[in-house]
Amino acid sequence: MENIEQRVKKIVAEQLGVNEAEIKNESSFVDDLGADSLDTVELVMALEEEFECEIPDEEAEKITSVQQAIDYVTAHLKK
Amino acid sequence: MTRRRVVVTGLGAISPVGNTVAEAWDAITNGRSGIGEITRFDTSSFPVKIAGEVRNFDVGAYLSPKEARRMDKFIHYGLAAGVQAFRDSGLEVNEANAHRIGVNIGSGIGGLPMIEDTHDDFLAGGARKISPFFIPGTIINMISGNLSIMLGLKGPNIAVVTACTTGLHAIGMSARMIEYGDADVMVCGGSESSVTPLAVGGFASAKALSTRNDDPATASRPWDKGRDGFVLGEGAGVLVLEEYEHAVKRGARIYAELSGFGMSGDAYHMTAPDTDGPRRSMVAAMQSAGINPDQVHYLNAHGTSTPLGDKNETEAIKLAFGVDVAKSLVVNSTKSMTGHLLGGAGGLESVFTVLAVHHQVSPPTINIFEQDPECDLDYCANVARPMKIDFAMKNNFGFGGTNGTLVFKKF
Repeated sequence: MENIEQRVKKIVAEQLGVNEAEIKNESSFVDDLGADSLDTVELVMALEEEFECEIPDEEAEKITSVQQAIDYVTAHLKK
Repeated sequence: MTRRRVVVTGLGAISPVGNTVAEAWDAITNGRSGIGEITRFDTSSFPVKIAGEVRNFDVGAYLSPKEARRMDKFIHYGLAAGVQAFRDSGLEVNEANAHRIGVNIGSGIGGLPMIEDTHDDFLAGGARKISPFFIPGTIINMISGNLSIMLGLKGPNIAVVTACTTGLHAIGMSARMIEYGDADVMVCGGSESSVTPLAVGGFASAKALSTRNDDPATASRPWDKGRDGFVLGEGAGVLVLEEYEHAVKRGARIYAELSGFGMSGDAYHMTAPDTDGPRRSMVAAMQSAGINPDQVHYLNAHGTSTPLGDKNETEAIKLAFGVDVAKSLVVNSTKSMTGHLLGGAGGLESVFTVLAVHHQVSPPTINIFEQDPECDLDYCANVARPMKIDFAMKNNFGFGGTNGTLVFKKF
């Protein structure tokens, strides 16, 4: 089983259409990976799907980088 | 002010008989059917199990996986045909000409597959499962929108929606824009992809579709006595129209001149055909071209294979041309091979009409086993026919009683 970091990066790569090798933990979705506002909405939906969780809008707005996504999922993943 | 002339300098096609213009034209002139069993969904509870599906289409040749996922199939097909047509024209976009090149590729129904799938997501998971790309992925003007972004085309950016006349009207209206000076080049046509449970179910419920499920290749049989409805098709056809001097100046290959366009409304019935509307559309197109009926040699008909529609169009042709001239015309329905692409029909069939003029040949109408005596014109039954074509006409008619006719001149 892949760890959370790998799974998050894989989803980011798929959703934003970028090469996984270009994705660093500190990468910002908008500034570094070329995402626009609709991309980030869809990315959060894909994370919800992958990790079977629900990310409230006010939390989703705070997830702007790969590391923040990893942190959120790690903290909220269903055991 | 003299009217600016409009010529055809590029062609593109995605269809049930091939995903390039060359492949589709080869199939059409050799009478090969693109109709088969529906593979897109389980048809076990449907009375209709056949359609003309696009096969082996590689969207990856035109879009990245990320882009493709966010657009419904009708956009994929329209973009692909649009890119093909633009490449075929040899045009290059630059800062000086970008604002003089426009896009006008419509669709009759739009993103029904994605609408149905998203509704399923909604029922299963609530509002938060609706993708932010649902609206831009399904609305009809997004072929034009996306193609203008892909190619950097900054001229008119619109989409016509007139049911099964969509593609034809888009081409005719685009010619008008060039004639009037709104643009020098228009990338125009129609696209459709609605082989879905709701579309097939809806047309089947209206008793519009053939139920010849046991013999798909002969189900679309315009003017045959045994015809029992149309066969749903999908795909796209796109033309590059260009102002004549503009095309000559850059040494473009000119396939044909678009010399006439007519439109009319039946003001009669939502779905049933009328003879007077189509008659007036054809007459208006000939007037617009400045020609007499006997100068038209080939007519690519709407010819859907419905019992009422084929007889009605035959009557309308006789009224528009006069019986004697009508009987000397060669009339053909390429829908006998492609099925009915709805909003894409006028686009794809205009590609075929342009090629008919260009190559001086009428494609066959296949599946005429026993011609209906009430349909008594020359339908070029079953075998293509090399012939002199000075002017070719193209008809399409749509729900709502909306008619359109184009006239292409040999160049």
